[in-house]
Amino acid sequence: MNRPIRVLVAKPGLDGHDRGAKVVARAMRDAGMEVIYTGLRQTPEQIAEAAIQEDVDCVAMSILSGAHNHLFPKVVKLVREKGGEDILIIGGGVIPEEDIPGLKEAGIAEIFTPGTPTSVTIDFIRNNIKRD
Amino acid sequence: MYNKEKLDAVKAARENWENNKIAKTLAKGPERKEKFMSTSGYEVKRLYTPEDIADLDYNEDLSYPGEFPYTRGVQPTMYRGKLWTMRQYAGFATAEESNKRYKYLLEQGQTGLSVAFDLPTQIGYDSDHPLAEGEVGKVGVAIDSLKDMEILFDGIPLDKVSTSMTINAPAAVLLAMYIAVAEKQGVTPDKLSGTIQNDILKEYIARGTYIFPTEPSMRLITNIFEYCAKNVPKWNTISISGYHIREAGSTAVQEVAFTLADGIAYVEAAIKAGLDVDQFAPRLSFFFNAHNDLLEEVAKFRAARRLWAKIMKERFHAKDPKSMMLRFHTQTGGSTLTAQQPDNNIVRVAIQTLAAVLGGTQSLHTNSRDEALALPTEDSVRIALRTQQIVAYESGVADTIDPLAGSYYVESMTNEIEKRAAEYIAKIDELGGAAKAIEKGFIQQEIQDSAYRYQKEVESGERIVVGMNKFQIQESAPKGLLRVDPAVGEMQKEKLKALRDERDNAKVEESLAELKRAAGTDENLMPYILTAVKQYATLGEICGVLREVFGEYQQSVIL
Amino acid sequence: MDIRAGLLSGSKRAAARLITMIENGDPEAIEIIKENYHKTGKARIIGVTGPPGAGKSTVTDKLAKLVRKQGKRVAIIAVDPTSPFSGGAILGDRIRMSDLNTDEGVFIRSMGTRGALGGLSKSVHGAIKVMDIFGCDYIFVETVGVGQSEIDIVKVADTVLMVMVPGLGDDIQAIKAGIMEIGDVFAINKSDREGAEKTATEIELMLDLNGMTEYRPPVKNIIAKDNKGIDELWEALESHYKYMVSSGNFDKRREKAIETEILEIFKQNLLDRVMRLQKNTEYLSELISKVFNKQLDPFNAAVELANVLNKEEGK
Repeated sequence: MNRPIRVLVAKPGLDGHDRGAKVVARAMRDAGMEVIYTGLRQTPEQIAEAAIQEDVDCVAMSILSGAHNHLFPKVVKLVREKGGEDILIIGGGVIPEEDIPGLKEAGIAEIFTPGTPTSVTIDFIRNNIKRD
Repeated sequence: MYNKEKLDAVKAARENWENNKIAKTLAKGPERKEKFMSTSGYEVKRLYTPEDIADLDYNEDLSYPGEFPYTRGVQPTMYRGKLWTMRQYAGFATAEESNKRYKYLLEQGQTGLSVAFDLPTQIGYDSDHPLAEGEVGKVGVAIDSLKDMEILFDGIPLDKVSTSMTINAPAAVLLAMYIAVAEKQGVTPDKLSGTIQNDILKEYIARGTYIFPTEPSMRLITNIFEYCAKNVPKWNTISISGYHIREAGSTAVQEVAFTLADGIAYVEAAIKAGLDVDQFAPRLSFFFNAHNDLLEEVAKFRAARRLWAKIMKERFHAKDPKSMMLRFHTQTGGSTLTAQQPDNNIVRVAIQTLAAVLGGTQSLHTNSRDEALALPTEDSVRIALRTQQIVAYESGVADTIDPLAGSYYVESMTNEIEKRAAEYIAKIDELGGAAKAIEKGFIQQEIQDSAYRYQKEVESGERIVVGMNKFQIQESAPKGLLRVDPAVGEMQKEKLKALRDERDNAKVEESLAELKRAAGTDENLMPYILTAVKQYATLGEICGVLREVFGEYQQSVIL
Repeated sequence: MDIRAGLLSGSKRAAARLITMIENGDPEAIEIIKENYHKTGKARIIGVTGPPGAGKSTVTDKLAKLVRKQGKRVAIIAVDPTSPFSGGAILGDRIRMSDLNTDEGVFIRSMGTRGALGGLSKSVHGAIKVMDIFGCDYIFVETVGVGQSEIDIVKVADTVLMVMVPGLGDDIQAIKAGIMEIGDVFAINKSDREGAEKTATEIELMLDLNGMTEYRPPVKNIIAKDNKGIDELWEALESHYKYMVSSGNFDKRREKAIETEILEIFKQNLLDRVMRLQKNTEYLSELISKVFNKQLDPFNAAVELANVLNKEEGK
């Protein structure tokens, strides 16, 4: 079906560095996606709830503070609990390589570290969302 | 600087060179690029000559170090007298661990401390607040009460070191804690030297650790100005920061423009609060970024100094020369670091160090190579500090003042950056000043556009980042990154619980009630905060009371 | 996912998916709406519009919180423009509604205008029905009051709240044309700013010119971010509702909205048929070239098109 992909771009936790999230959001828009941007300091509960209400195809989160091991899995758990079993969840930010396997195991489909071109993230979303 | 006759001769020779030599060379093959652009979006010419600075008046525009308009530096002898302060931003996990790192850095020859706080502290939440979960001790040290602050500076004589604290929304509380710790060491406030960042406008613009709405935030800031002018005279009450504006993606010109526009807003607020400009302006300090475009960066620092001096003199009629001097701290550009081939970052930092030093910085933090991956390890921090020391002691650039002055290119670019920044400031004035321009999203939009343009240039390969979009290699994941013990959060929670059991809670309540009352009036809040801090009221409790009275800032997101 | 069962059991997930299906023109969604149409009509619909930067999301946020305190269930549909270049959009209204996010009794949905022919109002009207069926008591529809399609959306509202802001300058003149007339209640947000009085006077003046006698839209000064004037604004919205009911205009407006909707669906169906025809045959292109070559005029071309459509139907 020819329809825009809907993505929730969220900043969980307290860090205010949203350059990456904003640049990615803008690139997604320019790639024809509908981006629901929720701003700073979002709790996992808020992100999961927004993902459900907005019926997004993908939740894209960014954390630079080092709280990713704590917050990313929480979001996955809550989104799944609320019935969002088919929502693709990805993360980005300053995330050490050695944390990535654990995050993937927790249900984060992919982690994008600094230097990733926005086109890579966008292609990943296009190729991995679970709905037509 | 040149008479007309000489200039005409220069022009004629240049035209001759262009029409013959250059034309012939270009006929054989074009230059690498059709156009060379500066990061601020203006064209860089093939060659700069005296024609480009024909209008420069040496005595008026450049003058001498320590003299208006301070283009060549704020101190008369600059680094010949005393090198810049090497100040590495550090702090993580608990007060105990950070205290160890500070002592290590001081032993390694660092000359000032720079405290990084964790995000809950920066946003005025105690470590046991639900929103603090997962964040305690991550990007800096967790400070919940005076107790933590006592541990943080244990064994460090506060009359001997100068301490810079990256704290903004709750700056008044952390400053009060510092004063209280000093008192316990027997050091009176007038002996204290250091800086609090205390720059809320750039939090709204770029950094995101705000708490209160604009007006009460500005009031807290002017309260600090007033209090310190009387009691902590050697303290830099604010560090007006372009660093984060640049990190958010601005150009060099925007960094200067928006930072100085914020500066203007603070000066106006303080004057409106009844302070005399020369009473507080000498204690204003600035904080800039240093990026890789070496010469543009040097020009940026020089332009910022000249523009600020003129603003203070002409717009605010400052009389004290100290009010006109733009003194600044520099940090090398975090966003220029790559996660790929991280050792290359050492070279980037070295170039940026040169930019800061050739630009006349007063203090410098050099980033560590692994910061695009995690918090820096001790080894990486040492290399970063050594980079400064090599520039200071081996490169020779610190031996004469403002060595790039007189370069046709650097002078021309200094003029250009000053002109373009002044145009931005005029536009912001039209919008009603920095606070209004932020509210309207103008400043954020400009930065956002630059950030996006930069990203597109990198992705198209038009802008090369070595190791990232060119000259890549297959590499394995770096090992041995610094990890913060996840138990820190639990430890802080326990400490808080113990504190709440042992302190005099009635006195805490009383001091908080007094603070709340005062917050509703226009009294200076510093003495009330100091009293509460000394009773071991926590940061979260103090900010909580102020949140009740002031409300919270509503973010406006511009994309 | 069983949308039908989910809708009945109060699953937000199901309702959210149904809205997506409507937005994407999924025919199954229309079937589900048809089956549940008898359940619609209970919710009160409040349109919130005004120029960009007036603080509509903040006003909506505060009003929604007030309604929540009365124990009512609230839905918010926030519409933002789609980029005409990429077809993408950045929908940022939730930012102002962060703490409503996790409230069980609140359902917020962001929509891009998507720019399709009549598509937006179809989507918004569909979403309103879903939220109505879902059991929301109040539905706020928030749009930027700039274009005709946005005006069409808020016209389905029982009450239209126009959010203005001081210091719009000449913009107010532009907004007056067309949009101001549809306001039932006016709020001047950020009224601590310079020029609030002037804006109020200008609105009053315009209302004078409109010469309404039976009901004159009230103009309220508010500062939404500080929650100032929100209670009074709510009262004004309530009295408009009471007036509408007592005067019989409530039913009239709803009937009018239904009329518009039927005609729009009809138009859309007709257009869909043309589009199908165009897909399957060269007929429309031939008509176009005939008109271009002056062998035919557009009026007769339209008649011919209708004839062909009917013939297709006969097959």
